Amino acid sequence: MNPQVTDTDTGGTGYNFAYLDEGTKRMIRRAILKAIAIPGYQVPFAAREMPMPYGWGTGGVQLTAAILGASDVLKVIDQGADDTTNAVSIRRFFTATAGVATTTRTARATVIQTRHRIPEAPLAEGQVLVYQVPIPEPLRFLEPRETETRELHALGEYGLMHVKLYEDIARHGHIATTYAYPVEVAGRYVMDPSPTPKFDNPKMDDCPALQLFGAGREKRIYAIPPYTRVRSLDFEDHPFRVQSFAHPCALCGAQGVYLDEVVLDDAGGRMFVCSDTDHCETRRADGHTGEAA
Amino acid sequence: MTEPLLTVDGLTKSYGRRRACDRIGFTLDPGEVLAVVGESGSGKSTLLSLVAGEVAADAGSVAYRMRDGATRDLAALSAAERRALMRTDWGFVRQDSTQGLRMAVSAGGNVGERLMGIGERHYGRIRATALDWLARVEIAPDRIDDPPTRFSGGMRQRLQIARNLVTAPRLVLMDEPTSGLDVSVQARLLDTIRGLVAELGLAVIIVTHDLAVARLLSHRVLVMRGGRVIETGLTDQVLDDPQAAYTQLLVSSVLAA
Repeated sequence: MNPQVTDTDTGGTGYNFAYLDEGTKRMIRRAILKAIAIPGYQVPFAAREMPMPYGWGTGGVQLTAAILGASDVLKVIDQGADDTTNAVSIRRFFTATAGVATTTRTARATVIQTRHRIPEAPLAEGQVLVYQVPIPEPLRFLEPRETETRELHALGEYGLMHVKLYEDIARHGHIATTYAYPVEVAGRYVMDPSPTPKFDNPKMDDCPALQLFGAGREKRIYAIPPYTRVRSLDFEDHPFRVQSFAHPCALCGAQGVYLDEVVLDDAGGRMFVCSDTDHCETRRADGHTGEAA
Repeated sequence: MTEPLLTVDGLTKSYGRRRACDRIGFTLDPGEVLAVVGESGSGKSTLLSLVAGEVAADAGSVAYRMRDGATRDLAALSAAERRALMRTDWGFVRQDSTQGLRMAVSAGGNVGERLMGIGERHYGRIRATALDWLARVEIAPDRIDDPPTRFSGGMRQRLQIARNLVTAPRLVLMDEPTSGLDVSVQARLLDTIRGLVAELGLAVIIVTHDLAVARLLSHRVLVMRGGRVIETGLTDQVLDDPQAAYTQLLVSSVLAA
């Protein structure tokens, strides 16, 4: 017997809590449970039309809507920043439709929806990181037939993925893939970690937080459960390495973090600052300063 | 008496009411080269697809002696086993090189794909093996990073051969590997194939409409017409003393240079 599912209007907006109807949320939660049970496996789901265009995070928004509870605290990141268009509008969307509290502080959030970055501050148990994914299929550009890629996943035939890395080394002398760098999850499925820079790949490994990936246009959900082995693919003689930066952050002096280049004038002036705005602000509040501050 | 490498029995395939292959049976010994000849539409290519398991047969069986010595019915293999067999112990050189190669991937990547498929994870070794194989099929080493789109027709076929032979298969299927190439390129390609087949002791099934190719490469010939085998025997015997009327016609149609 199906339990009764009832929608509830939140604050007279005319929408159910967190926009999606309860039936849809239940369907998405089932897909999430399956994704968690089979780490790295792409679970199809019936993605809905959302009030935003594809490419703006419709997959991530549906995941967030399905897992959000009234007591959750939401943080939304776009390219590491909390104050860019995509982040601001998604945060406002959930404030309006769910009335949940929002924050920019990584440590305070229970649900973090992200495009491109994993926060610099370590994630904790109980937190959920929701990724917006444009293309979930890591083999897409090597093997255009979806029927064939599904079979390759089913049989664990991932030689093709290494052909891509081989091509990188042959052309550039090193593995030049810097984002959407393929990873092997729990020793089984190869997964595209969405357009996150490979700098963040090591943070996925053995992470205490639950990581969920949603692709709205492609209608796929996949997941990395907490404390799961995530290994970036590489060659024995060309091991996986992350980018390193010559300078610390110009504002907060942080080292070993992912930096964005900011052009200052039309005379070649530039500085490198933390891509994670919350991390940078927290450090500056704690009294750290960089050379430009 | 050794057991045959490949045993094909009663292989039948119809497309609608047309029988592309009608109860075809033969055996192939290790190191033996079998040419399948016949005119266009005689069912040669369908036979090859059936043997490779790319098209499901209506009736009949294909049995193969695996590396462990056990003969297995290919239809009874799991998908994973069949695919593993295809990319290690078998090769398939196609008439249309764009189907047999990854056109967007460099020559080295094309040759290395099978190695990476069976778990090789050392770039230097993959590259060295690829260079070695390019040399064996007479492709200049400085072309290793070029994609096959920049290769001539003859070079593409050579690359296909290298890509297939890199895992030291025991059986290679070839579908008209020399068609569409000009005569001098054909001659060089055939020379390469003949050398490699002899050196590696490959068993080959080669489909061709060109009797000269059959004469040059094969030990035995199977003549097909309208989906049936109408004559079979040693190459010299069949080509020098054809018994079936159609084979006589085929042999007499060869243009003398």
